[in-house]
Amino acid sequence: MAQTIGTHGEPDLRPAGLRGVAADFSSDQRAFKTASWGKAMMWIFLLSDTFVFGCFLIAYMTARMSTPVAWPNPSEVFALHIGGQDVPLILIAIMTFVLISSSGTMAMAVNFGYRRERHRTAMLMLLTALLGACFVGMQAFEWTKLITEGVRPWENPWGAAQFGSTFFMITGFHGTHVTIGVIFLLIVARKVWRGDFDQERRGFFTSRRGRYEAVEIMGLYWHFVDLVWVFIFAFFYLW
Amino acid sequence: MVEIPSGSAGAIPSAEVEDVELYHPKSWWTKYVFSQDAKIIAVQYSVTAISIGLVALVLSWLMRLQLAFPGYFAFIDADHYYQFITMHGMIMVIYLLTALFLGGFGNYLIPLMVGARDMVFPYANMLSYWIYLLAVLILAAGFFAPGGPTGAGWTLYPPQAVLSGTPGGKDWGILLMLTSLIVFIIGFTMGGLNYVVTVLQGRARGMTLMRMPLTVWGIFTATVMALLAFPALFVACVMMLFDRLLGTSFFMPAIVEMGEQLQHGGGSPILFQHLFWFFGHPEVYIVALPAFGIVSDLISTHARKNIFGYRMMVWAIVIIGALSFIVWAHHMYVSGMNPAFGFFFATTTLIIAIPTAIKVYNWVLTLWRGDIHLTLPMLFALAFIVTFVNGGLTGLFLGNVVVDVPLSDTMFVVAHFHMVMGVAPILVIFGAIYHWYPKVTGRMLNETLGQIHFWTTFLGTYAIFFPMHYLGLLGVPRRYFEMGETAFVPPSAHTLNIFITVMALIVGAAQMVFLFNLVWSLFRGREAGGNPWRATTLEWQTPQTPPAHGNWGKELPVVYRWAYDYSVPGAAEDFIPQTVPASGGVTREVPA
Repeated sequence: MAQTIGTHGEPDLRPAGLRGVAADFSSDQRAFKTASWGKAMMWIFLLSDTFVFGCFLIAYMTARMSTPVAWPNPSEVFALHIGGQDVPLILIAIMTFVLISSSGTMAMAVNFGYRRERHRTAMLMLLTALLGACFVGMQAFEWTKLITEGVRPWENPWGAAQFGSTFFMITGFHGTHVTIGVIFLLIVARKVWRGDFDQERRGFFTSRRGRYEAVEIMGLYWHFVDLVWVFIFAFFYLW
Repeated sequence: MVEIPSGSAGAIPSAEVEDVELYHPKSWWTKYVFSQDAKIIAVQYSVTAISIGLVALVLSWLMRLQLAFPGYFAFIDADHYYQFITMHGMIMVIYLLTALFLGGFGNYLIPLMVGARDMVFPYANMLSYWIYLLAVLILAAGFFAPGGPTGAGWTLYPPQAVLSGTPGGKDWGILLMLTSLIVFIIGFTMGGLNYVVTVLQGRARGMTLMRMPLTVWGIFTATVMALLAFPALFVACVMMLFDRLLGTSFFMPAIVEMGEQLQHGGGSPILFQHLFWFFGHPEVYIVALPAFGIVSDLISTHARKNIFGYRMMVWAIVIIGALSFIVWAHHMYVSGMNPAFGFFFATTTLIIAIPTAIKVYNWVLTLWRGDIHLTLPMLFALAFIVTFVNGGLTGLFLGNVVVDVPLSDTMFVVAHFHMVMGVAPILVIFGAIYHWYPKVTGRMLNETLGQIHFWTTFLGTYAIFFPMHYLGLLGVPRRYFEMGETAFVPPSAHTLNIFITVMALIVGAAQMVFLFNLVWSLFRGREAGGNPWRATTLEWQTPQTPPAHGNWGKELPVVYRWAYDYSVPGAAEDFIPQTVPASGGVTREVPA
């Protein structure tokens, strides 16, 4: 990224201290000097999406606190029967581990992308997509298990009906985010593998030049989806 | 005001952003229909918004006819009346005002005013419009669906919104409404990201944040708010959709409908109200802030004077935007809440009056000793100030818990919000259209037709809404299909209702004059030239009028001064465009 450099040898008139920070932020052309358009857009989108998830989670907490019927015990509901005993939260622990690991591989992909090692980048993105798909698969398994045990959006055998409603709605909404992420990971990985970003090949719809920055923007989204999961995990399974 | 010799503010920094690669249309379809040019998209947004707004206008006529002549029009029964009310409110607030201010004016003015070639993501911008159109079509489909559109009131409060007693509650109406809102929010997000990033990251050289015209500040802040407020509506819509389709109980308590115990239980209708108003109150300012910004520029330009207290105006916009997120429960005083919360929300509500009052004072002080040209945009701007002050003052009544409780759900509330967020922003929209139509089309709107339109609209809307305060104080409730025999409402109230209805029909007819003017002037209007109002901002400095694809020809503009150098002493003309280099001239810009 090009930095602002006085080119004419004039004295630096920029104020110091906090006023300098304000002056930099409000200076011409760009407010965030190192952020490209795409990156700025993704950050602002994620801020908006944070409010969506925030509203979902607050609605869930309200429902859980105000329902007159007891809430099912998550330790029992989300337990798996393994080796003759119930292991609480084991599936969720694995799912969380898988998703957090995928953030690691994503970060590595971004790193290799900026080193222009396109095959490694693409492989790491594919690995990230694979881990993401595993997560969605395990979520499908969890849904199936709960559905066969009688959990429905409108009722469940153990207590407040809102348990099923909020569970399917929030994990479903998050799972949709992961699925969309996997699809875009595959699309970007294909572009990386083909060398689109080395040749700055133009996008089919946008006719903009492809850049390795797309990997990082993809990464921002992916890390966000992981971070949201941490909150869902904490509020849904640990509470 | 300090007059500083320009040039001391530092040289223009070198370019940091590469010139944008524009999508060049290859056919008529990609040039005029599936266009990625923000100016075309703006016109598409505006035409769609005004078209669906006309439907809402007709609905208001039908409502007024029923109120003035109850029982006279056989086709307006109670169900239809509620459907008209609901659709009128929802269309006006979201599909007309929000879409027109942000999608219409935002798309047209942001790139031109900040000196960009286009929005930063033209493709997403195009999608935004087509998804908005889809939302409008889904909404309009409600009129043709079995059972008609929803009649739940624009606030869509559950449980009644999804029960059979409400029109559309168990039919298609509510489903289409909720789906349409969800689609609208998705489409708006695509556009909104564009507006925000274009303002933050896509400005011309020399265009600092504190040199942006207030129009851009208003639209920018409103868009940021919309991106943070619409999620709450999105979530509320999704949850109500599940309540209605899947039988969940997010908002549905245990309830008996038509003597039958429903399967629902344990949900919280109040939760919906909180989610709705967490969106709904910022929405008021999403509509108001662009109006504030635009009217500041109209007043400054047509009074040939720099805006008074530019920095204060910017901060007032930002502070109003921030505060509007912590006042939402003042819409819920009668829903019941802890008195401490009522105290909190009443306090924050009244605090908003401070930055708002600052803005009003600054508009008036801008006019003070200005060279006021009573052009059509100026007339509408003046009408806005008067109407807005009126509506704002009644807001102080309704913001206080003890005053609000007796006034709640009376015509007083209807009068208040129509004045403050209905008529006032619409007046700005008209003023803005008279102001920027020459740039969009290259021709002026007809002055005579415009005068007829202005005086009928301004005086007529006062005649409509001012008496409603009185009706409200008498205790006439809002949303009632007919009054019937009511002991506390005197017969004169009915006479007043007939008067209001007649005025509403006249004001509606005046809008037809306006529409005729829009079309007629497109072909027969006087040639405008590039800068008919002798304005300083960048959109008037384009090499072509209407601006060509890419806005600026080969070279992007460079900005040397703020947007308000009008009547600068010592200058040859009474305006100095933002692109005029500082050397030799003077400026009234406040040093950073």
